[in-house]
Amino acid sequence: MQPFVFSRSNSPSDATKRLADGADVSTSPIAGGTTLLDLMKLNVMRPERLIDINAALSDQIEKVSSGLRIGAMVRMAEAARHSVIQSGYPVVAQSLMLAASAQIRNMASLGGNVLQRTRCGYFRDHTVPNCNKRISESGCAALEGSNRMHAVLGGSEKCIATYGGDFAQALMALDARVEIIGSRGVRTIAFSELHVRPGDAPAAETTLRRDELIAAFVLPSLPWFRRSMYLKIRDRDSYAYALASVAVALDMDGDQVREARIGLGGVATVPWRANEAEAFLKGKVLNDGSAKAAGEAAFADAKTHQHNSYKPVLGAQTVARALLAAKALEI
Amino acid sequence: MAGDGIVRPVSVQRRQFLTVAAATAAAPLMLKASSQSASSADKAATGRELHTTTLVVNGKNVTVTADARTTLLDALREYVGLTGTKKGCDHGQCGACTVHVDGKRVLSCLTLAAMTAGRSVTTIEGLSDADGPLHPMQQAFIDHDAFQCGYCTPGQIMSAVALINENPKLSEPEIRELMSGNICRCAAYPNIVTAIMQAKVKMGS
Repeated sequence: MQPFVFSRSNSPSDATKRLADGADVSTSPIAGGTTLLDLMKLNVMRPERLIDINAALSDQIEKVSSGLRIGAMVRMAEAARHSVIQSGYPVVAQSLMLAASAQIRNMASLGGNVLQRTRCGYFRDHTVPNCNKRISESGCAALEGSNRMHAVLGGSEKCIATYGGDFAQALMALDARVEIIGSRGVRTIAFSELHVRPGDAPAAETTLRRDELIAAFVLPSLPWFRRSMYLKIRDRDSYAYALASVAVALDMDGDQVREARIGLGGVATVPWRANEAEAFLKGKVLNDGSAKAAGEAAFADAKTHQHNSYKPVLGAQTVARALLAAKALEI
Repeated sequence: MAGDGIVRPVSVQRRQFLTVAAATAAAPLMLKASSQSASSADKAATGRELHTTTLVVNGKNVTVTADARTTLLDALREYVGLTGTKKGCDHGQCGACTVHVDGKRVLSCLTLAAMTAGRSVTTIEGLSDADGPLHPMQQAFIDHDAFQCGYCTPGQIMSAVALINENPKLSEPEIRELMSGNICRCAAYPNIVTAIMQAKVKMGS
């Protein structure tokens, strides 16, 4: 691990000011550390300065006029067992409980969780010379390499690394907003605007500026969010990344879909919203046939590589299963 | 972390720890003296940053002065001399390094020691007194042969104790799910679950 200078920050203004200062020094905030320290030990991330932001940002969950505000320093485990989240936002609680291990859920902050880096093996191995995400214009070893876990949606000729998180898919489905604090003040954006597809520059993963931190997430309060769930398909039953996962929330009028929200994980380079499937379902009766068709619509634009041609099939079936399971929920 | 060039008189420190612990069991352990003198020169030579952190380990105040990169796991093993906590993968995947920080189970390999100032850390050595009865979870692991090589066992036990403290009413499937962060290469899993089921009853009474 490269040496670094460590310090603590006790306020958002101090933390963001320090992130803004010293543009010549690579600086990283640290909260739970579960991604960062792992990648620092692998020499993939090499910050020269670490700022402990645990005391600088909120770790509270509170009801606000626009919904439920969840501080960025809330731990995964705390949010997962919070009574309002469990009852009003089951997809959020489930996405957290089906992620990582109990120890990591106790450590990882939600702000850090959505910013977790990809598990692409070529990204995580700093001895691999061709990874556009690590080294600009160096190529992508995954395109012709072992790409069973890689993305089929949102990729480019430069990168097909999968976004590995779960919580983010729930935030996508619920149209959550993100409160971002920077040295020049606070701004709020849709969560769907936080991550950017790899395109020509896979190193840029979010729209956060260097001096900005995620301060909180705001979940809208809609009663039908109780009809929501997270379905995660993995190689083993627990403590594994998704092969395909689906966050779904349904507003139903009897058997008819008023509105469907579908977030996809394990299949895309960024937290993914299945807009085509949602549009297809609007106003339709939800049954085996329409659920299957919605799943296929979600993967109509999928681009597969040598080892992941199973993903659009698995993903479409997972969407269909999640839709029918959410429909069957008693709320 | 290994091979980073920092002078760490590990064996001396361990001996010191044992001597200090035996001679003045009630006094706070101040371990910074030896490492500080060695490391100050090191900092001047390399520009590396040292941090002095005081935390509570198994009820005793401990002060560690170490390179900022030092994880809680390395601080416990190499500076405090408590080697019950094991280093498995060192990347947060295996759970061998599980300890409690302020009562919650966490991975000490992904925790910077400098970020534990003022925190209360419990390791496997702190679960029961040296001469007293074993913790019900330790006893249950023995009763049910819940290990073979034993390397993952301190992490398994620390994780299991926290698990029952989190929720004493867990079913067997729930225990299996919530223990998934602790890997056992000997695959003693069935016996581990049986042991936790036994300890759950004892811990609740």
